[in-house]
Amino acid sequence: MAGQTLGHKLFGLSEPRHIVAFVTGAIFGCGLLISGMIDTRKVQGWLDFFGDWDPTLAFVLGGAVLPMIFVWRIAEVRKTSVLGTPIPARSVAKLDRALVIGSLMFGAGWGLVGLCPGPALASFAIGGWGGALFFLAMVSGMVLAPTVAGWLSSRTTA
Amino acid sequence: MIPQDWIWGAVGGLMIGSAAALYLLVNGRIMGASGILGGLVDCTGRDSMVERLAFLFGALVVPPLLVPLYTQVDTRITTNPIVIIAGGLLVGVGTRLANGCTSGHGVCGISRFAPRGLASTALYLLGGAVTVLVFRHVLGVI
Repeated sequence: MAGQTLGHKLFGLSEPRHIVAFVTGAIFGCGLLISGMIDTRKVQGWLDFFGDWDPTLAFVLGGAVLPMIFVWRIAEVRKTSVLGTPIPARSVAKLDRALVIGSLMFGAGWGLVGLCPGPALASFAIGGWGGALFFLAMVSGMVLAPTVAGWLSSRTTA
Repeated sequence: MIPQDWIWGAVGGLMIGSAAALYLLVNGRIMGASGILGGLVDCTGRDSMVERLAFLFGALVVPPLLVPLYTQVDTRITTNPIVIIAGGLLVGVGTRLANGCTSGHGVCGISRFAPRGLASTALYLLGGAVTVLVFRHVLGVI
């Protein structure tokens, strides 16, 4: 990054990986909109196993996961990406307290409102004040997360 | 025969999977929405700032262009600000503690058969199901 001006940093979309990142975000966001993942009632319907259960999200997840199974095979054989960066190694982290508590908290928030981080982004422009408030609260939660993590680990070691 | 919603769900899902495939094979990165955003929020992703911003910009700006194709696009989000704030905070803190969300742990983790991704997905589905059960059917808040 040395020698780059702020202009390069902000508008440096000429670099291939930045163009790819933009296209990835665009396809991801459009997929979320088309699939119905930005419809909070539909998401809550999927989580409503004891009420009027809506199986649509199983098709969304299935459609996304099935091709990725083969893509991971290819990626792990190649070991490097097309642009030469290494394929991320498998995480060696354990199934720790932070993963368990964090996942349960995320699930609770997802159930309450029906938005997860991707759809919160993709629906930002059409979600009205409710979507904007959710986004603001989510970012605030991300800012607070290290504090909560510190609090959790201090309780484990105590 | 097959509900339209399921077909569009699978089509959208294939697009999400294709996006994850592109990001992995070309950039060598895992496509996780909470990680890409969270790394900017807490500055842990300083080295890949532009790449993250480019992804977020694409996800923010391009989907609204599809809206004219529909008669109506609505997130149907609750109008209760307390529920929205509580939900947002829980999603923000939770995804950063767990180091992933529906895209990173869900799509990318499950397809790699990663133990942490599989465990996280089972737990957030459990958390979501219990929350909807309690807040919809017991308390009647959502």
